[in-house]
Amino acid sequence: MSAADATRLAAPAGGPPPVPALAVRNLSVGFGSQTVVRGVSLELAPGECLAIVGESGSGKSVTARSLLGLAGAGAQVSADELSLTGESVLGLSESAWRRRRGRDVGLVLQDALASLDPLRPIAREIGDSLRLHTRLDGAERDRRVLEVLAAVGLPDPELYAGRRSGELSGGQRQRALIAAALALDPPLLIADEPTTALDVTVQAQVLDLLEEIRDRGTAILLISHDLAVVSRIADRIAVMHDGRIVETGTPNEVLGHPSHPETRRMLAAVPVDKPRGSRLAPVIATQPPPATEQIDDAERLFVAERTRAATGMTPATGSDLALEGIGLNKTFRGPHGTVQHAVADVSFSLPRGRTLGIVGESGSGKTTTARLALALTAADSGEVRLLGEPWSALPEKQRRARRRLVGAVYQDVLASFDPRLSVREILRHAVAVAAPDVRDGTNRRAGEARVGALLNDVGLSPTLLDRRPTDLSGGQRQRVGIARALASRPQILICDEPVSALDVSVQAQVLDLLDELQRELALSLLFISHDLGVIQHVSDQVAVMHAGRIVETGSAEQVFAAPTHPYTQALLAAVPRLL
Amino acid sequence: MSELEITAAASARPGDQDDQQDGRPGSPSSGPRARPSVVEIAAGLLALFLLVAAIAPRLLAPGDPLAIDPLSAFGAPSWSHWFGTDESGRDIYTRVIDGARDSLVIGVSATLIGLGLGAVLGTVAGTLGTAVDFTVNRFLEVLFAFPGLLLALLFILVFGPGAGSAIVAVGLSTAPGYARIIRAQLLRVRSSAFVEAATVQGLGRGRILARHILPNTLAPLLVLGTLGVGQAIVWAAALSYLGLGAQPPAAEWGAMLAAGRTYITSAWWMSFFPGLFIVLTAVCATALGRAIERRMRHA
Repeated sequence: MSAADATRLAAPAGGPPPVPALAVRNLSVGFGSQTVVRGVSLELAPGECLAIVGESGSGKSVTARSLLGLAGAGAQVSADELSLTGESVLGLSESAWRRRRGRDVGLVLQDALASLDPLRPIAREIGDSLRLHTRLDGAERDRRVLEVLAAVGLPDPELYAGRRSGELSGGQRQRALIAAALALDPPLLIADEPTTALDVTVQAQVLDLLEEIRDRGTAILLISHDLAVVSRIADRIAVMHDGRIVETGTPNEVLGHPSHPETRRMLAAVPVDKPRGSRLAPVIATQPPPATEQIDDAERLFVAERTRAATGMTPATGSDLALEGIGLNKTFRGPHGTVQHAVADVSFSLPRGRTLGIVGESGSGKTTTARLALALTAADSGEVRLLGEPWSALPEKQRRARRRLVGAVYQDVLASFDPRLSVREILRHAVAVAAPDVRDGTNRRAGEARVGALLNDVGLSPTLLDRRPTDLSGGQRQRVGIARALASRPQILICDEPVSALDVSVQAQVLDLLDELQRELALSLLFISHDLGVIQHVSDQVAVMHAGRIVETGSAEQVFAAPTHPYTQALLAAVPRLL
Repeated sequence: MSELEITAAASARPGDQDDQQDGRPGSPSSGPRARPSVVEIAAGLLALFLLVAAIAPRLLAPGDPLAIDPLSAFGAPSWSHWFGTDESGRDIYTRVIDGARDSLVIGVSATLIGLGLGAVLGTVAGTLGTAVDFTVNRFLEVLFAFPGLLLALLFILVFGPGAGSAIVAVGLSTAPGYARIIRAQLLRVRSSAFVEAATVQGLGRGRILARHILPNTLAPLLVLGTLGVGQAIVWAAALSYLGLGAQPPAAEWGAMLAAGRTYITSAWWMSFFPGLFIVLTAVCATALGRAIERRMRHA
C-alpha cells in the first residue's frame, strides 16, 4: 500500500512517553434513572489497540462517546479518573472539550456517508480541524491534507481531495473519515464500528490501515460488535455486556478461553466455519402447547396439511427444481446515458428442499437477482421458472395466483410492514390473502388460530400480537417477517439479507429458526447475503456473484474448501476469522 | 379466542428472549400515552369553547346578537358589555360568540372542499398513468400561478359575494396545494417496501390500493386538514373583510372587523375582539394539528 512510504504521522521518534494515552477508572454513565455504563475501567498505552466488543445496547458506544465529552444531553457521567494523555478531562466545559476534540482524540464513525458533508470536497472537511486548531496557512493546510490522504492509502490524493463524499466509494469514504480524524495527529483514535458498513474486501483494507496507524504509535480504541473483526488487530479485547466490562484479555485469551458466559455465547453465535445444520444459539426450552380438545378442526386440518408438506407429499409437479433462473440479463439506465449491467447472464437452480446461497459484495447484483426471482422486476432477457413451470414469463394476473408458493424475507423488515398495522393485523391479512375462504366472517376463528400457530412457529409469544412492529426488537421483527412469509404455506422462501441488520446472537437465533422451519416445512431457500460466514453456514449450493455475473458456483463444501475463481479466493481470504 | 390461549400457555419462547437490549420494554407508544403539553391543553379547551359557541351560542351569550340599543352605542368594555358595544349598541361579546358558528362552518367546509378536490385530483394523478398525471400536473401549475386569494376573488367575481361563495372560493384556492401533497405522498407510499411485500404475497392491485396505499396516503390528511382549517378561517375572514363573504348584519368575524375599521381610533374594541378570535381560532387549529401530527408519528 502506498501509505507505507508516506509521511509518518506518529509523534517525533524518541520513544513514547510513559503516560497512557487513555486512562479511565470506574466510569459510569446514566440517563435519568437508567444507568447504561457501570464502573468501566480502561487503560490504553500509545501504540496499543484496545477493542471494546459487545452487542447493541451493551453500552460500548456510550462509553466511547463519554471519552470525547459527547455522551449526550442529560447524560450523567461520573468517574474516579478520566484522563487523556495524562491530563484529566473530568467535568471539562464544552468549550474546553472543543479545543481537545480532534487535537487530543480523533473519532471515526461507522456511517461515513452521514459523517461527511455531501456538499463539500473532502479536502475542505479534513482541513476544517487544521483551521480550527492550528495556525497553518492555506498552502500548508493543503499540503497536510494531501499528506494524510496519502497516509490513509487513497491513491492519487490530489485527485480525490477535490471530490465530494457522494463521489467516493464506501471504502474511500471511510478512509477520508479516518484521514480527517488523523489530520491533527491525535495520540488517541476512537473508531466506533469503522468497518461495519463495508464489504469484506474493503473491510480488510481498512483494518490493515488501522493496524498501520497503530504501529506508527497512535493508540486506538476500537468499538465493534464483531469479535472476528476485532481479533485481527486488537492487542487486548474488552467484552462489554449490560454496561459492564465482563472480560478483558488478549485475543488469544478471550477467544481461546472465554471465561464469561456472554463471551461464550457471542463466540458460539459466529456462523463462520460452523457446519450446516448445527445450531448457533443455545436451545431455549420450549414447552409444547398442551394438547387440549380445544384445538378446533381448522387447526387440525392445518397440522395435517403441514405434515403432508413436510413428508414431501405435496401435489406433484414435474420438476425437482424449486426455482430456476435461465440466462437472466438486466440493465439499468443511469444518468448521462450510462448503462449498468446489474445482472449479466445469470443462471441458477435451486433444488427442492435445499438452500442456494448467493453471496457477493454490494453492487454485485444480488438484490436484482432476488427481485428477478420474485418477478418484481422484468428481466431484459432470460426466464425464471417456478417448480418447472413458467413464472417470470406469466402476465402478473396469472402469476398472482401462484405467488403464494413463494415467500419473501427482507433485510429492512420494518419497512416491509404497513406502518398502520399491528402484528395481528399483518399476519391476519397475510393469512387472508393466502386462503380467501378465511376472509368471510365464518372462518374468522380459523384465521385467528392460524395467526396464533404462525406466531408459535417462529417462536414469538401471543402477547406481542397487539404491538406494532416499531415496538419490537430487531430479532422479533424479523420473526414476524418470517411468519408473514410462511402465512401462505410457501414452498420457496427468498431471503434477501435477512440477518444483516441483527446482532450476532440474534442472527444466530434467526438462522437456527430458518433452518428448523426449512426441515419442518420442506422449504426451498434462496438465501442472499454479503456475509460469507452466514452463507457457508446455511447453504447446500453456493453461487458467488461479482459485477453482475455468477463467477463460481458449486456445493458449499467445494466452494469454501477449494475455491477456483480468483475473486472467490480473494473474498474468502478477506473474511475475518476467529483465531 | 381459545386457540390463542392454548398457544399462550406455551411459555418460554426463544423469540421473546432475543436481544432484550433493544427490545425497549417501556417504549413510548406501548406505555402510557404521551402527556399533552400546556399549549395542547389550552388549545383543546379553546376548541371546546368555540365548539359550544358554534353549537349553542345562547349558552355562553344569552343576549340577541342583532338587538340594537342606540343609547349604549360605542360602549367601552365594561361589566355589562365585556367586549364593549358597536355603533348600533349591539353587544360585541354576544356577536363574537354568535360569529363562531359562521367562521367554523366556513373554515371547516372550505377545508373539506379543498381536501376533497385535492384528494380526487391527487389520487387521479397518482394512479391513472403518466398521461393523466402530466395533464393534472400542468393544470395544477396553472392554478398555482395565481396567488390563492386572487383565485378566490376571481371565483367571487363570477358567482357573486356571499358566505356560500366564500366557502367554495377558499376551498378551490386551497385545493391545488392539497392535490400536490397527496400526489407526492401517494407516489411515496406506492413505491414503499410494504406495498412490494403485499405484491409478493399475491395481493391484487385494487386491494393493495384500497388496503395499503390509500389509507397510508390519506391518514396524514387529518393533520393537514386541521392545520388547514385555521388558514381557511383567516382567508374567509379576509374575504368578509373585503365585503365579499358573509354580508352585514351577520355576526361574522371578518365582517365585524371590517365594520369596526371606520371607528378604529375611537372604539378599538370593535375590531380588536373579532380579530383576536380569528387569531385564536387559527392558532388553536394549528396547535391541534401539530398535536395530532406528533401523536401519529409516535404511534
